[in-house]
Amino acid sequence: MALLQIAEPGMSAAPHQHKLAVGIDLGTTNSLVATVRSGMSTVLHDEEGHALLPSVVRYLPDGSVEVGYSAQSQQSQDPHNTIVSVKRFMGRGLKDVADIAQLPYKFVDTPGMLQIQTRAGKKSPVEVSAEILKVLKQRAEKALGGELTGAVITVPAYFDDAQRQATKDAARLAGLTVLRLLNEPTAAAVAYGLDNASEGVYVIYDMGGGTFDVSILRLSKGVFEVLATNGDSALGGDDFDRRIFCWILEQAKLPPINPEDTRLLLTKSREAKEWLTDHAEARITSILKSGDLVDLTLTSAKLKELTQHLIAKTLNPTRKALRDASLAVEDVKGIVMVGGATRMPQVRHAVAEFFGQDPLTNLDPDKVVALGAAIQANVLAGNRSENDLLLLDIIPLSLGLETMGGLTERVIPRNSTLPIARAQDFTTFKDGQTAMSIHVVQGERELVSDCRSLARFELRGIPPMAAGAARIRVTFQVDADGLLSVTAREQTSGVESHITVKPSYGLSEDEIADMLQSSFNAAESDKHARALQEARVDAERLLEAITYALKQDGELLSETERKQIKANMEQLRNLMETGNSHAIHDAVEALNHATEEFAAKRMDASVRKALAGQKLNSLEL
Amino acid sequence: MTRSTTKNHFELFDLPVQFCIDPDRLNQQFRKVQSEVHPDRFAAASGAERLKSMQLATLANEAYQTLKNPTSRARYLLQLQGIDTQEDSNTAMPGDFLMLQMEWREAMEEATDAHDIDALERLLTEMRKSSSQFQQDLQQQLDENRAYEQASGTVRKLSFIDKVQADIEQAISKLEDA
Ligand SMILES: Nc1ncnc2c1ncn2[C@@H]1O[C@H](COP(=O)(O)OP(=O)(O)OP(=O)(O)O)[C@@H](O)[C@H]1O
Ligand SMILES: [Mg+2]
Repeated sequence: MALLQIAEPGMSAAPHQHKLAVGIDLGTTNSLVATVRSGMSTVLHDEEGHALLPSVVRYLPDGSVEVGYSAQSQQSQDPHNTIVSVKRFMGRGLKDVADIAQLPYKFVDTPGMLQIQTRAGKKSPVEVSAEILKVLKQRAEKALGGELTGAVITVPAYFDDAQRQATKDAARLAGLTVLRLLNEPTAAAVAYGLDNASEGVYVIYDMGGGTFDVSILRLSKGVFEVLATNGDSALGGDDFDRRIFCWILEQAKLPPINPEDTRLLLTKSREAKEWLTDHAEARITSILKSGDLVDLTLTSAKLKELTQHLIAKTLNPTRKALRDASLAVEDVKGIVMVGGATRMPQVRHAVAEFFGQDPLTNLDPDKVVALGAAIQANVLAGNRSENDLLLLDIIPLSLGLETMGGLTERVIPRNSTLPIARAQDFTTFKDGQTAMSIHVVQGERELVSDCRSLARFELRGIPPMAAGAARIRVTFQVDADGLLSVTAREQTSGVESHITVKPSYGLSEDEIADMLQSSFNAAESDKHARALQEARVDAERLLEAITYALKQDGELLSETERKQIKANMEQLRNLMETGNSHAIHDAVEALNHATEEFAAKRMDASVRKALAGQKLNSLEL
Repeated sequence: MTRSTTKNHFELFDLPVQFCIDPDRLNQQFRKVQSEVHPDRFAAASGAERLKSMQLATLANEAYQTLKNPTSRARYLLQLQGIDTQEDSNTAMPGDFLMLQMEWREAMEEATDAHDIDALERLLTEMRKSSSQFQQDLQQQLDENRAYEQASGTVRKLSFIDKVQADIEQAISKLEDA
């Protein structure tokens, strides 16, 4: 994770110095970067003053890469090499993309995640997304005048483990330290809630270009508790464009058309859709490469008719989320609209009708996610803020294991608050069985084949026993990013074998390392120097954290304990002067180990203090 | 191990060990604890602190979930008394409850076949009423009479109702999607 921290040791920020952290909304259509400056969350602009960066990446003949408006303007000239809406392909295989036939790309079916054949070679969606992130990183570093400590990157709440992991990989590839993956609706709630000092139950209805999410949150005194989330990771404004596109083909009685014209007409469709948000009619005119002429008028009534079913499709996830939160429409205090597609009046009407109240639209739906992400980044980077907020987020989809007959055994139910750990015990099926294969899946369906396969691994070295005698405990741990790791342990007669799996998709650690390697200049590409740099930064950070902790809560330790920790710190300081990254790494581990008890005591003390404070308050009442 | 990890779920939130619980206070205490231990508070801390924070935040979530839901709260209280509620092994229900079970199942199947979402919703409401009756029983059995065997029986009933309710909710979802 700290792979790309390249601040000089010794130059690293003091605890009270403001750390440069940003929030990034990596959108299907548009991406943004924001930061907290003088206590205010603000979106950072490019040199021409644009806040939005179109999520479009073009691979040029000269080997360079173009991102944003310039790439967008070339999309119908160079459709195979200009990738739009790449987010829809993150962590997805070819079979997951419903409308593959209508897309102008040459897809390559690679295991785990599809790739796109461009003139710059095969590109994974992770690499394409990394190009977008690199541009935003540069924009931020230029605006803020320094190296970033880290970034919070938003993902649709309904993203599964594969999509989240892919997003994190893209950030690493772009040289960003990911402080947290944050769910887009939660980010929006932060921006909204803090602005309005709201309390109560809020629904975030987020329809962007490619995804639809609905989340239900309870806001109370700076704590944002997500109660339930649901959605459709393949439903958004793009689908409205495609409905209009199909209508054009039908009306103009066009023969099958080429990729350039497809792009052109999709763009025209989108323009018409956006125009109809404020007008009653849109004229669609175009001369195609084939010579065919298109000249049509689309009315807002017709658009409504064409896309009614899409809007209806968003209400089912909304109902489900309410049911999962055990809430009724009447319990909802407000509905926050997020995402460009919620500008459409027919969407607003449908939502108003469903909830029996007008949705809140006072924050710019394009920016609210990035603004919220920046606030959280600021908190995570350790910049103290007035309104200390806490986000309690959940996992959107259940996690389970394959059992006999291809059935799913649920281990962690959807909407569980993160972080969470759950264990499940299994046993052997045959006498003398020494291995067991474990298949981890995500989804709500009973059949494994209907869920997403996340990882398969084998637990070996089980001592031969009678069927049913072995005891294998599989533990799922999901961290605050919503990412999973799985541990399996056989526990009989002292024999124990242990394996931890973090599912990874499409890209292995080595592949990422290689890609990083090739994107560095000669001086930095020295593996050893990088490892050393990393180890030193790690050590520096740890020393800083512990020094601070000792200053705050040193009295919790006995004299011997304090001496032990100080000795370990000294040892680490001495080692940092040497060029041995392994030794530094080991000393960091040792110091971490030596402070475990201290960490526990500090947390215990702070919990007790917090609860005691509560009692005093209730006495006053 | 430190003291915090050996506290029971009630103690973790500084609540009395009993079935009757003030939900607002539980919510409050849970948030207080998470505000102190959540990994977001330790993003820049030492590895040891980050690990501990992950463990404690996980524990707080687990404890909160257990205490929030009346069935699991009762089950947990019995566990603290060393009593296993035997929900998987002991499926013998008293005759009158068996009748109820059959009625609910039938009503669910009929309504599902008839694609009648309203009827399913009504059934849910009816079952919720039964649930709260049994919860009142539990309060007497656990907090007043310490009749743990009886309470075990009530937990088994509630656990059955929870399962059927989940089935009904799933049936409603399926009908809505269709
Ligand atoms: N005035 C408008 N009327 C209708 N639709 C609009 C309008 N402005 C933007 N949109 C649509 O909003 C969508 C883009 O929204 P947004 O920028 O929020 O998406 P995104 O964040 O890139 O996507 P996602 O959140 O799904 O990853 C596009 O489909 C766009 O056509
Ligand atoms: Mg978005």
